Amino acid sequence: MTTSTRRPHRTTAALACAAAVALLAGACTGSSEGGAKDDASKDTTITFWHGWSQPSEVKAISDNIAAFEKLHPNIHVKVVKNVTDDKINQALRAGGSDAPDVVSSFTTDNVGKFCASGVWADLKPFLAQSHIDPATTFPAAMADYTQYNGNRCALPLLGDAYGLYYNKDAFKAAGIASPPKTLSEFDADARKLTKATANGYSRLGFMPDFHGYESTPTHFLGQWGATYFDKNGKSDLAADPAVSAMFQWQQKLVADLGGFQKLEKYRTGFGDEFSEKNPFETGQVAMAIDGEWRTANLKADGVTFDWATAPFPVPDDQAATYGRGYQTGTIIGIARTSQKQNAAWELVKYLATDTDAVVSFANAIHNVPSTFAALKSPKVDQDPNFRTFLDIAGNAHSSTTPASINGGAYQVSLQNFGYKYESGQVPDLKAGLAGVDKEIDAAIAQAQ
Amino acid sequence: MAALLPVPAALRAKRRREAVRTLAFLSPWLIGFAVFFGYPLVSTLYFSFMHYDGFAQPTFSGLKNWRYVLTSYPFFWQGVRNTLWLVVVMVTLRVVFGLGVGMLITKIRTGAGFFRTAFYLPYLAPPVAATIGFAFLFNPGTGPVNHLLGTLGLPQPGWFTDPSWSKPALTLLALWGVGDLMVIFMAALLDVPREQYEAAELDGAGAWQRFRFVTYPNISPIVMFAVVTGVIQTLQYYTQALVAGKVASGIIGNSGQQFEPGYPQGSTWTLPQMVYSLGFQRFDYGSACVVALLLFAVAMAFTALLLRRRSGLMGAED
Repeated sequence: MTTSTRRPHRTTAALACAAAVALLAGACTGSSEGGAKDDASKDTTITFWHGWSQPSEVKAISDNIAAFEKLHPNIHVKVVKNVTDDKINQALRAGGSDAPDVVSSFTTDNVGKFCASGVWADLKPFLAQSHIDPATTFPAAMADYTQYNGNRCALPLLGDAYGLYYNKDAFKAAGIASPPKTLSEFDADARKLTKATANGYSRLGFMPDFHGYESTPTHFLGQWGATYFDKNGKSDLAADPAVSAMFQWQQKLVADLGGFQKLEKYRTGFGDEFSEKNPFETGQVAMAIDGEWRTANLKADGVTFDWATAPFPVPDDQAATYGRGYQTGTIIGIARTSQKQNAAWELVKYLATDTDAVVSFANAIHNVPSTFAALKSPKVDQDPNFRTFLDIAGNAHSSTTPASINGGAYQVSLQNFGYKYESGQVPDLKAGLAGVDKEIDAAIAQAQ
Repeated sequence: MAALLPVPAALRAKRRREAVRTLAFLSPWLIGFAVFFGYPLVSTLYFSFMHYDGFAQPTFSGLKNWRYVLTSYPFFWQGVRNTLWLVVVMVTLRVVFGLGVGMLITKIRTGAGFFRTAFYLPYLAPPVAATIGFAFLFNPGTGPVNHLLGTLGLPQPGWFTDPSWSKPALTLLALWGVGDLMVIFMAALLDVPREQYEAAELDGAGAWQRFRFVTYPNISPIVMFAVVTGVIQTLQYYTQALVAGKVASGIIGNSGQQFEPGYPQGSTWTLPQMVYSLGFQRFDYGSACVVALLLFAVAMAFTALLLRRRSGLMGAED
C-alpha cells in the first residue's frame, strides 16, 4: 500500500507549504525602521513625495524647494509629484532607500492611522528642539487635525476653510441687502431666492441635500462645533445636541424649499463640481457652501454675475460665534523609515512654518495659509472675497473633524445616516444617531 | 489489496523520469499558479485571522475579523444581497440577450456584418468611459433617455440616482456590452448541423421545438460556459458600480474626499468594493481578507454547482 504511506507525507508537505507561505505573508509586511541620527549639516539628499499635479501647483512647490535649498545648500531635495496616497502608504510600508523621507497627503482623515501606527514619525522631539509650539503657531482646528490622541505626527501644509458664496445680483433682485449671519436669516433668504417652476426650479436659493457637493453633514456641523467623540473616544453623536440640531435644521430647510424628491431631481441636473458647470457658477443656485478655492475658479471661469463671500451663518443661539467655519487641509510629515529624519525635519519645518514659504505657496495655489503668522502677513492675497476664508481659518470657533484610528470611516457612517434621514427613512432621529454611534464604536474597536 | 506486486526498480526509475519530465513541462504554469494564486490565497487566509492595518506587524486575532464582518459590519449583508441580485438578474439577462442577438444575426440575410459590428463594438468601450457615458445618458434631470420617455408620456425613473433603479440601470449597461457573448453564441449556432434542423422540420417541429430539441442541446456547453464565466465576472463586479455611484452622487473623487460607497443608499455596493474599502480606506486588512475569502468560496460553490452538470459541459452527444 504505497499510497497509504505517502498520504501523511503529502499532507505534511502541504501543511508545511501553507505554513511557509503564511510566514512569507507575515514577512512581507514591512518592518524597516528609520531614525533621527543623521547630521543635517552634512551634504545629503532627501526625497519629498506630494500629490499636487497641476503645472501651477508643481511650479509653486519647485519654487519653495529652490528657496529651501538656497537656505540649506547642503540639503538637496528630490521631489516626486502626483503621488497618490495608496502609493505613499505602500512605500512607507516597505521602506528602503527609494522610499520618501518627507511625505504629504491630501487625506487628512488618515492622520489617526498615520500617527497611531507610527508610520509617520513623531514630530514632538523636532518641534521641541526647534522651539515651535503648535498651539501658538497653527490655528486650533489645523493643530487639531494634524494630531491623534496627543501624538503629533503631522503638520498642516496649507488649509481649506468653508464659507458662504452668494450671488449678489440675485440678492439685489430679491431685496436682500446683506449676507445672512444666522440660520434663520439664511433660511428666509434661501426661500426668497428660490424660483420654483411646475417641475423644478429656475433657480434654487440653496441646495441643502447632503449630495449637493460641499453641503455635507460634517461641513454643516462646523457651524455648530460638533465634537463627534466623548472624552473616552466613544462616538457621541446621539448625545451631542449640535448633531440633532443640524439634522433638524437641514430637514426643515429641505421641506421649505420643496421637499427631498424635488430637490434631488433638480440636483441631478448639476454639472461637475470642479468645472464651469458648477451650479453656483451657472446660477442654478444662488448660495453655496464651498471652500476658498472657489474664489479662483469663479475668476478663472469668468462668471457673468456679481458674487461675494461671507462666513456661513451660525445657529441663532450661537450668534456670537459668527465667523466660524469647517476646516481641513493638506498634511505633511516624516516617514518613520527615513534614515535622514533631521534633514527631513528641516524641510518640513520650512514648508510648514516659514511665513514666506507658506504665504507664497498659499497665494500660488489659492489655499488658506496654515500658520497664524502667514494668515496675518501683508503678502498674503488681500482680495476681500479670499480674505473671508483667512478670517474663518483664524477664527477661534472654527472646527474640524477629528482624526480617527480608521480614517474617515465615522464620517462615512454619519453621511450614510444623513442620506437616509433626509430621504425620510429614519423617523426617530435620536434612535438613528444612537445606531450610528454603535456602528462607529464597533468599527473603531475592530480597528484597535 | 494483497495482490499488489512489487514494481521492478527499472520501471520505477522510468516512471520517476517521466514524472520529472512532466513536471518540467508543467513548471511555468505551476510556478505561476503558486506565485499568483496559491501564495495570495494562503496569505489571504492567514491575514483573515490577523489584526493588520497595513503598517504595523500583524498580530493574531482569532475569529475577531470574521465575527466583525458577519455580525457587526453594517454594509456586509447589503453587499451580499446586491452582488447576488446582479449574479441572478444580470447574468441571466446577459445570457438570454446575448443568445437572442446571436440567433437574430445568424438569421439575417443582409446587413449581418453591420449589425454584428454594431452589437460587438460597445463591448470594446473602456468600462469607466462607458459607465460615465451611461450615467449622463440616464441622468434623470438632463439625460436624453428620460427626455425621450417624458416626450412619450412614459414614467421617468431616477436610474442611477434611485436605489430601486440603480441595479437595473447597471444591468442595461451590461446588456449594451453583450458583444462578447453574442460572438461566442454566433460561433456555436453556426456549428449546429443543418441536417438536424431539416430532420426536425420534416418531423413537423415548430420554431420553439427546433430550439428546444436541436439548438439548445448543441449549444448547451457554450451556454454553460457563458453562465459560469458570467457568474465569476459578476461576483467580481467593481468598476461600473463604483463609477456609476460616484458620477451619480456628484462625487468624482478628489483625493482625500470621503465618499459614500454604493450610491444611492448602498444599492450599488458590491463585495469587491467592500474589499477595497475595508483594506485601503479603513486599514482593516483582516476584514478585507475575510470578505475576499467569502467571495472566493461563493465563486467556487457557484462554479462547482454548475460544473456538476457534466452533460451541460460536454454537449448532448457526450
